[in-house]
Amino acid sequence: MMAIASEQQTVDLREPGGWRRTKNQIATVGMWVAFVVMLIPLGFVLFTVIAKGASAISWQFLTGNIPINVLPVTFGGVGPAVYGTLVITGFASLMAIPLGVLGGIYINEYGGNQVLARVINFFADVMTGVPSIIMGLFIFTIWVLHFGYSGFAGSLALACLMLPIVIRSTYEMLRLVPDSLREASYALGATKARVTLTVVLPAAIGGIVSGALLAVARAAGETAPLVFTILVTQTLNKNLFSGANTALSTLIFQNATQPYTGAQARAWGSALTLIAIAFILMIVARLITARFARYDR
Amino acid sequence: MEPQDQQVTANQQVTAKLQAPQTTATPAEFPATEADKIFDAKNLSIYYGSFRAVTDVSLSIYQNEITAFIGPSGCGKTTVLRTLNRMNDLIPSARVEGDVHYRGASLYRRDVSPIAVRRRIGMVFQKPNPFPKSIYENVAYGPRINGIRKKGQLDEIVERSLRQAVLWDEVKDRLGKSGLGLSGGQAQRLCIARTLAVEPDVVLMDEPCSALDPIATGRIEDLMHEIKSQYTIVIVTHNMQQATRVSDRTAFFSVLRNEKPGGNDTRTGVLVEYGTTQQIFEDPHDSRTQAYVTGRIG
Amino acid sequence: MSITTGADPVIPAGSASPLTKRRPFGDRSFQVLCLAAGLLVLIILALIAISMTQQSTTWFTTAGWSGVFSTNWDPAHNAYGALPFIYGTLVTAAIAIVIAFPMSLGIALLLTEVVPGRYARPIVYVIDLLAVVPSVVWGLWGFLVLAPWLQKIYQSIASGLTGFPVLSTFFGGTSVSGTSFFTTGLILAIMITPIVTSLSREVIATVPTIDREGAYALGATRWEMIRGAVWPHSQAGVVGAVLLGLGRAMGETIAAALVIGSSATITTHLFNPGYSMPSVIANEFGEATVGEFRSALIGMGVLLFVLTIIINLSARAIVDRSARRTRGA
Repeated sequence: MMAIASEQQTVDLREPGGWRRTKNQIATVGMWVAFVVMLIPLGFVLFTVIAKGASAISWQFLTGNIPINVLPVTFGGVGPAVYGTLVITGFASLMAIPLGVLGGIYINEYGGNQVLARVINFFADVMTGVPSIIMGLFIFTIWVLHFGYSGFAGSLALACLMLPIVIRSTYEMLRLVPDSLREASYALGATKARVTLTVVLPAAIGGIVSGALLAVARAAGETAPLVFTILVTQTLNKNLFSGANTALSTLIFQNATQPYTGAQARAWGSALTLIAIAFILMIVARLITARFARYDR
Repeated sequence: MEPQDQQVTANQQVTAKLQAPQTTATPAEFPATEADKIFDAKNLSIYYGSFRAVTDVSLSIYQNEITAFIGPSGCGKTTVLRTLNRMNDLIPSARVEGDVHYRGASLYRRDVSPIAVRRRIGMVFQKPNPFPKSIYENVAYGPRINGIRKKGQLDEIVERSLRQAVLWDEVKDRLGKSGLGLSGGQAQRLCIARTLAVEPDVVLMDEPCSALDPIATGRIEDLMHEIKSQYTIVIVTHNMQQATRVSDRTAFFSVLRNEKPGGNDTRTGVLVEYGTTQQIFEDPHDSRTQAYVTGRIG
Repeated sequence: MSITTGADPVIPAGSASPLTKRRPFGDRSFQVLCLAAGLLVLIILALIAISMTQQSTTWFTTAGWSGVFSTNWDPAHNAYGALPFIYGTLVTAAIAIVIAFPMSLGIALLLTEVVPGRYARPIVYVIDLLAVVPSVVWGLWGFLVLAPWLQKIYQSIASGLTGFPVLSTFFGGTSVSGTSFFTTGLILAIMITPIVTSLSREVIATVPTIDREGAYALGATRWEMIRGAVWPHSQAGVVGAVLLGLGRAMGETIAAALVIGSSATITTHLFNPGYSMPSVIANEFGEATVGEFRSALIGMGVLLFVLTIIINLSARAIVDRSARRTRGA
């Protein structure tokens, strides 16, 4: 075949030409193209949101009352929506994060190889894939029909959304904590609860907090669960538990289809605010992950 | 052949610790000439980042011989082996100083393609790594990427390679079965067949038998003797008996401990002695070689 | 404190309590608490299924199977056929997958095979950024910016293709505002790319380095190595990742609601406006005060729930099995 026995000084070691090389190059270019193609809409969206939304942002915008749609963006603002997003998401986090962490602890620390733990783990994973609209419809049928619309109902729906995400990320983080730490604590006579709370949890806390923050970022941006639960209103409602409420995401949803430039501008400004909130949460989550050393090798 | 004198390197500490000049013995049975040189490494030093893994290796590998690299773990034998077919390129921080000539052509010149290099210089790994494909497709992979498409030709090549690897009789009735289903020894012979299918010039083997039982090991050693007349083989082994059984020449590597003033202890591999296998084991010139081959150090 | 020899080390010297099997109350209640939190998952999932099915029985009983799966959606005349929405959900999700699959695979391969460790991080950050943009913002941008821009493109493609046999049935239509099946599919593709990419990347990363080296050692180019050593291992896992993306695309509500065009028609023209299950629920729920109307919308929610659960189950099963096979080999 390719005998080179007689070659002395002239061995050809250059790149194999022709079709093989071309195929390889096409493949590499293709991969880069895929990346760039995804960059384009991202850049486009961010650029548009910043360009159209930045001019609307002001302290008045973030705190002022919501005017009627016809009025331009210089009047009033989206204060009630900001308040709504912060409070509704905050309350949802208050419910979902502790429960999610406890659930994750159950699966990893107490569940072991039992069927129940594996079933819960599996369905928590499946639940992360349930569309958010289902959570909204669910809370509608189970809560709103009996107790009416409220910000709290919205929090419930968001909490249902966040719960499996926090459970899964907590579980993944706890898995990484080496057993030797647990054993050292047991050997000192600690109970399982104490071991978990005083040794294991602190070891994994960086990853757990980071995972929780990402869940919060996700919930803050969600619209569908709120559409069915808070019955979007235009006025500020400080009572989370009774009466309709509003949030940035639902405001954007409503205003997107409005013909008035003022309403649209408020939507863009709200979009920028939402992205900023989600972005900040994401950055903080990354910083926490980077700062707290992980235990895997 | 003249003995190659050790050259003084920039790192004075390293040089100072060398006790004897390196020798290349040329007994009567090996009338090796320049024309038979397959590899010629000159002052080869290999770095991973700033860590010097191997320092100042110079040796020659001759055609149709089996050359063994022996030595304690961590002394750079595998690193040097992988330099011979540019496999170290896969590690981003790896860097080579000095040069390796393959049949007179430099392997590390700028315009040299690693793909062309590896087509001629094949490698068998420590742990058998058959592709998750059928046995047939495993062996046919190499020829296929080199442009051979016709079934008739491929069939011929697959059979020939599997025969050379002494695996044909065992698998000829199940060529369509997955390569992952073979025993360790069979899988390693499949990997050898796969390597031979592209008809390389040289076959590098990195501890090919370390994951295998003695019987499988014996089979592969017999295989090596059989294919020696067509290929040049370089084998890294930590089993001294294996080196005596199969190799014509042996290179003994060891470790230099560089004690830096700060107390940072780094190990750099160095070629201690290189000669015919008979000479290395029966009449080692360097005291470290003697200590290793007589089992005084591991 | 002296510890008498032979004393059980668990009991501190001087303690009067015997070695008992019973664990302290705090320890047990903590375990129960954790278990309850975990069980919430199962409880919620069960409640979702039960309560929503219950609410949709009106629709099923009134319309019957033929009514439920009819193509006639006309709430004003009590017709609640869901077929147009099922069609729209499947079509937009299919478009999304067709676009997202090669993109995600390309980026995943870029990150695992082409770009060395350090430089991979910025690329990963960009993909994460793609994931952090809320769905409603994609919808806002899609409706106010992308759709009008696409509208002109649709028009020119459609007029260019008049008369072409196969192509014009798919790409011959157009939409007044640019909202259409295709626009929705495009936006969904952008939204599911991050998750399909990251899951594919996980799968591809489990391929052992030694397999890659085996291919390189035979003189293979990078592309040949990917085809020979990486792809056979990752094939199944990537399919699972794509399925997961499909599930996400089907359930994505708000962006779809804004750019799909809200027209309950079944048509092969991808550039025409259409409708899908989640978007009709989101858009029309406010109007649905009549019993059967609302029941129909919730019923479609149940359909969506069941569909996405099945897809997610299969996706996870496939990914897990592929990962186990690769590692076991």
